[in-house]
Amino acid sequence: MTETKRITMREAISQALWEEMERDEKVFIMGEEIGVWGGTYAVTKGFYDHFGPKRVRDTPIAEAAIIGGGVGAAMAGLRPVAELMTINFAFVAMDHIVNEAAKMRYMFGGQMSVPLVIRAVGGGGRQLGATHSQTPDVIFAHFPGLTVVAPGTPYDAKGLLKAAIRSNDPVMFIEHSTMYQTRGEVPVDEDYLVPIGTSKIQRPGRDVTIVTYAKGLDLSLKAADQLAKEGIEVEIVDLRTLRPLDMAPVLESFKRTNRAVVVEEGWRSFGVGSEVVSRIYEEAFDYVDAPIRRVAQTEVPLPYNQALEQMALPQVADVIAAVKEVL
Amino acid sequence: MEKQNHLDIYYQMVLIRRVEERAAELYQQGKIGGFLHLYIGQEAVSTGLVAARQPQDRIITAYRDHGVALNVGMSANVVIAELLGKATGSSKGKGGSMHMADVEKNFWGGHAIVGAHLPIAAGMALGDQYMESDGATICMFGDGATNIGFFHEGVNLSKVWNLPVLWVCENNQYGMGTTIERASAVSEIRQKAVGYGIPNERVDGMDVMAVRQATLKALEHIRNGNGPYFLEIMTYRFRGHSMGDPERYRESAEIKKWQENDPIGIYHAYLIKEKIATTKELDAIDEQVVEEVQAAVQFAESSPDPAPEALFEDVYAG
Ligand SMILES: Cc1ncc(C[n+]2csc(CCOP(=O)(O)OP(=O)(O)O)c2C)c(N)n1
Ligand SMILES: [Mg+2]
Repeated sequence: MTETKRITMREAISQALWEEMERDEKVFIMGEEIGVWGGTYAVTKGFYDHFGPKRVRDTPIAEAAIIGGGVGAAMAGLRPVAELMTINFAFVAMDHIVNEAAKMRYMFGGQMSVPLVIRAVGGGGRQLGATHSQTPDVIFAHFPGLTVVAPGTPYDAKGLLKAAIRSNDPVMFIEHSTMYQTRGEVPVDEDYLVPIGTSKIQRPGRDVTIVTYAKGLDLSLKAADQLAKEGIEVEIVDLRTLRPLDMAPVLESFKRTNRAVVVEEGWRSFGVGSEVVSRIYEEAFDYVDAPIRRVAQTEVPLPYNQALEQMALPQVADVIAAVKEVL
Repeated sequence: MEKQNHLDIYYQMVLIRRVEERAAELYQQGKIGGFLHLYIGQEAVSTGLVAARQPQDRIITAYRDHGVALNVGMSANVVIAELLGKATGSSKGKGGSMHMADVEKNFWGGHAIVGAHLPIAAGMALGDQYMESDGATICMFGDGATNIGFFHEGVNLSKVWNLPVLWVCENNQYGMGTTIERASAVSEIRQKAVGYGIPNERVDGMDVMAVRQATLKALEHIRNGNGPYFLEIMTYRFRGHSMGDPERYRESAEIKKWQENDPIGIYHAYLIKEKIATTKELDAIDEQVVEEVQAAVQFAESSPDPAPEALFEDVYAG
C-alpha cells in the first residue's frame, strides 16, 4: 500500500504546482500577487523565493494580458499556469478564454496547441458581494475546445492539476474559496495523475444517486452522513470534470437506484443539473422511478448580508430535503 | 472660502478617520464580513475633490469608497449600517463595504471590479454631454487600475468624444502588494494621460487645499467644454490593502514616514497657522465626531437585518 498523508486542499494544489515546476522547466506561473505576496489564498507561498521571478511572475492587474499572454506563451511552447485571483475576473479575460484559447487548435487545422492552465478560485459564502461571489463554472463548460476541471477533494485536486499541466489543451482549473481547508488523504512521494474527464463514486449507496462536484460534494457528503442515520443510503458521484463530462458512472449508478438529485452551487437555470438531468432522460429514461431534483443557487446575484447570502446558497438541509422528495 | 467651509472640510476628514477606525474594530469583532478596505491616510483626496464639485457633478469610485460616501453627505448611520449588512444601510445591506452609493447625492457608487467603472464614467459623461447639462463626472481609481484595459479604453474614448470627465488617479503607490514600479511601465501615472493628449497635473494628496484647488481648476477646464482632464493625486494608505493584509511588501519605516504627513494633521496645523480656527473649535469638532460615530454604531447595531423577501427584490426593474 502506498503511504498517504492527510493534507488540505491548499497543500494539495500547492504541491501539484511545485512538483510540476520541479519536473518541467517549461512550467511557470503568473498572476496577481502570486509572488511576493504568496498568493491571496497562500497557495503559492514560498514559490517566489524558491523558483525566482522568471518562473513566478507577478503581473499587473491586467486579466486580458494574463490570459492572452498565457495563450501566446503556450503557443510558443511553454506550459503556463495563469492564475486569476478570482474566477469573477475571468469575465475581463473572456475573449482570450473563449475566442482564442478554445479555438486555436481547431481553427488552424490542428497546427497550434495551447497547453495553458487557468487556475481560478470561485464560490460564494464569504460575504464578498455580488461581483465577487459567483460560481460560473458552467459558462466555461459551454465551449467546445475548453476543458473544465473542478475538484472536490485534495486527492483529486492534486492529481487533476498535474494532469491539467501535462495536457496539451487549455484547461480551466476551478477551485472553491471555502474549501482550501478541506482535508483528505493524499499519497506521499508518488507522482500520480487523475485522468481528466472521469467521474468517480465518492460514496457508495443503494437508495438515491447524488450527482455533484466541488462544493456540492462537501454538502452532499454531509447530507449523506445525516441521511445514513435515518437508514437512507445515498450514492455520491463526483463529476470532477465538467467538460468533457463523463456520464458513465452516473448512468451506471442511476440504473441501480432509479432516483437522482443533482447538487451544484451555481444558479439552477442552464446549470450542471440541467445537463445531467437531460442526459439521464436521454440515456436511461426507462430506469426513471421519480422526477429528478436539482439543488442549486437561488436565482439572484448574491447579497452581502450573511443571512440572505446563506438563504440563496444551497445548504445541506436542501440536499436532504431533495433526497427525501425523490424517494 | 468661508470659515464654515474650512470647518466642514476638517469635520469630514475627521469623520472619515473615526468611521474607518470603528469599522476596523467592528470587523475584528466579526460584525463586518467580506472585504473591508480602509481609507485612512487618503482622506484629503476625496474630501478635496468633493469640496470643489458642484451638485450637478457626478462622482464614482472603486471599492475603497467610505470616504466619498461621507464626503457627499451620506450619514455615518447609513454607512455603518451598510457595513453591518443592515436593512437601513445605503444599499439595504446587500452591497456591503465595497458598494456604497447615494444617487440623490450624485454618488454613483463604489465598484469592486478594478477599472470597470472607468468606461462607465465615460458613459455617464456622455449622458451629460448629450443632454447638454453642465455637470462633469469625477472618476476616482487607484494606480493599479491604470494597468487594466478598461482604463485605456475609457480614457481614450473620453478624449475622442471630448467628454466632461475628470479622471482622478489616487496614487497610493501600491496595488495590493505590488509597487507601481513592478506593475506600470511609467511610474509617473500622469504620463498615461499625456499619451492620450489629456491635460494633467500631479497633486499633493496629503494637502486637502491643494487637492481642492487643482480640482476647481480642472472642473473649470471641463465645464468650458474643453473635454477631459486628468489628476494624479499622490497619497498613501496607512493601513493594509484590506483587513487581514500581512503587509510583507513594505517596511514599517516607510509607513511611519508617511504618517508624519497625516492629511488631518497637516490641515489642522494650517487652520491654526492661518488663524482660520482655534484649537478649541477644532477640539469641539473632534468631540462632536466621536459622539456622532458612537451614535451611528448604535443605530446600525440596533437596526433590523433585511427581511427574507429582500433577497428577491431589485433583480429586475419589474
Ligand atoms: C479585474 C480585477 N482584478 C483584480 C481584482 C482584485 N483587486 C482588488 S483591489 C486590487 C488592487 C488595486 O490597486 P489600486 O488600483 O492601486 O487601488 P488601491 O487598492 O491602492 O486603492 C486588486 C488586484 C479586482 N477586484 N478586479
Ligand atoms: Mg493603489
